[in-house]
Amino acid sequence: MAKITVNFERCKGCGLCTTACPKKIVEIQKEKRNPKGYFTAVCVNNEACIGCAMCAMMCPDCAIVVEK
Amino acid sequence: MAVVFERPHALCDVPLHYCPGCTHGIIHRLVCEVIDEMGIEGDTIGICPVGCSVMAYDYFNCDMIEAPHGRAPAVATGVKRAKPDSFVFTYQGDGDLAAIGTAETVHAATRGENIVVIFVNNTTYGMTGGQMAPTTLPGQITQTTPYGRDPKIQGYPVRVCEMLSTLSGTALAQRVSVDSVPHIREAKKAIRKAFENQKEKRGFSIVEVLSTCPTNWGLSPIEALDRLREEMIPYYPLGVYKDITAKEGE
Amino acid sequence: MERSLMKGNEALAEAAMRAGCKCFFGYPITPQTEISAYLAKKMASAGGLFLQAESEVAAINMVLGAASTGTRVMTSSSSPGISLKSEGISYIAGSDLPCVIINVQRGGPGLGGIQPSQADYWQATKGLGHGDFHVLVFAPASVQEMVDMVVRAFDKADEYRMPAMILADGLLGQMMEPVTFPEIKDNAPEKPWATNGHKNKREHNIINSLYLKPDVLENSVVERFERYKKIEETETDAECYLCDDADIVVCAFGATARVAKSAVNHAREKGIKAGLFRPKTLWPFPVKEINEASKNAKVLLSVEMSMGQMVDDIKLAINCSKPVEFYGRTGGVIPKPTEILAEIEKLGGVK
Repeated sequence: MAKITVNFERCKGCGLCTTACPKKIVEIQKEKRNPKGYFTAVCVNNEACIGCAMCAMMCPDCAIVVEK
Repeated sequence: MAVVFERPHALCDVPLHYCPGCTHGIIHRLVCEVIDEMGIEGDTIGICPVGCSVMAYDYFNCDMIEAPHGRAPAVATGVKRAKPDSFVFTYQGDGDLAAIGTAETVHAATRGENIVVIFVNNTTYGMTGGQMAPTTLPGQITQTTPYGRDPKIQGYPVRVCEMLSTLSGTALAQRVSVDSVPHIREAKKAIRKAFENQKEKRGFSIVEVLSTCPTNWGLSPIEALDRLREEMIPYYPLGVYKDITAKEGE
Repeated sequence: MERSLMKGNEALAEAAMRAGCKCFFGYPITPQTEISAYLAKKMASAGGLFLQAESEVAAINMVLGAASTGTRVMTSSSSPGISLKSEGISYIAGSDLPCVIINVQRGGPGLGGIQPSQADYWQATKGLGHGDFHVLVFAPASVQEMVDMVVRAFDKADEYRMPAMILADGLLGQMMEPVTFPEIKDNAPEKPWATNGHKNKREHNIINSLYLKPDVLENSVVERFERYKKIEETETDAECYLCDDADIVVCAFGATARVAKSAVNHAREKGIKAGLFRPKTLWPFPVKEINEASKNAKVLLSVEMSMGQMVDDIKLAINCSKPVEFYGRTGGVIPKPTEILAEIEKLGGVK
């Protein structure tokens, strides 16, 4: 049981987190822009998250909190 | 569930002004994680000179000083000599450290100033819009090398860690990268070692961090990571160039 | 304390230590090197720090760093070296940091010479770096004043959070005179703004001169100029010698004022009513004092070791209400009393 929370306001949609996720479950969503105009990162399969925090380690904006 | 990863306390809870995918933010966080883990935020003074990181004083929760372009090692010397028990670090880009601030860098190292230098190398002047830096690779196109850097005209890039490793005052000269999680872990270990060196009064420690500048490279953030791996690391090999704590044969 | 016979540069260095200067960052240049040499010998045993930097540029930035921690700090140089320091001085002023800077002037421009000069008056009072700012400028005329003014410079720099400069010259730096030192006393106030580690007891402090929003930068400059206004009202200082009834008021500062005083005495012996006005602060310029000193004068004569720099401030100070003449030697040439007397005689109705 693990989950990530992406800070919607802070995420700049750079996608670096998507390169780090070993489960390939972090993606940049293309539906809702944040107030700065960026599409943001989301976890597309919460069940598969292992809480390894690699996405958060790769995030330049410290926009991901990981719980396990 | 418990929180296993969040913002370190030493990193202020404010949005960073860096471009999307710029790895400055990762490096800031690593420095802050080390400050948190060592419990030294209250005794740390950071110095950020001119460049993309000029406003980093708003991001680090420790006391901060903004320095003139290239002069951070001299400012750090003043701070450290006045307050020898504090932890002092500079956070400098390649133009700052290896062009305008070369003298200050070399002499702080050769004096063995007991400070930590975080050197962010992204092969360009980012803040001013992507001009040739002392670290710009041969052939690299920038605003001021529109036909690519030609060593016959603009000379060769400076390899800072290699150069500083020849100086007696240097305790640690290590080049790391933040292009992947394993490399980020290595980078953090190097930064930790640099701060430990300062605690043990071992002298000058520099951690060179290969970093990206997607905006001025004209690449997406993910393509920029690829360029770092494929073009920068071969020219600037990662590794420890000097470590006075390393045992013989290691 | 007993009087001792000392060289100006060494006396200044001793006085700085007594004023609580804990860090000194220097770089060799003639004719100020005795300051560094003296402090290199004495600082460590007094619990302070002497460090020779790799350049004047590095030295002034080391000053910036030490000043940021709230430590009393000084650097010294001579004219070409001060030009190199001007970048750092602008940052220090823009960051509201106190420090003391010594300029033992030599001839210029360029590498110039190594003999005494006062041709850095404009630089010190008007152009010590880019941007809107001032530094306090003190002009000693004796070894004793080298001592007294450096103590005052540390106090005032702290009080107003700004750099203070001692604008001396090679003559004062090299000459020996009897001098009395003050007791050791560090009057440094509390500096809650200092970046010396927050110890988890306060918010982080930031020392900074960058303001990207024009209105914020304007406000910070305006606030600084409000402080300058108060300084202009309260910190001016000057010596007036035989000015009350003087027809001719000779104006000179520093070593030149000593020569000018001899010329004034000779003029009096010849029956010419001459006086001497000697500013001790060059910024702020003693405007009130010069108007008072010259109220009965017919003409003012500025004598300088330059092609005429302070003369502009004299004209501004008296609003061009009277003729202001100039006599100067430059390049390291010191004017002789007889030369100044001849100028006084020309103006004094001696036809």
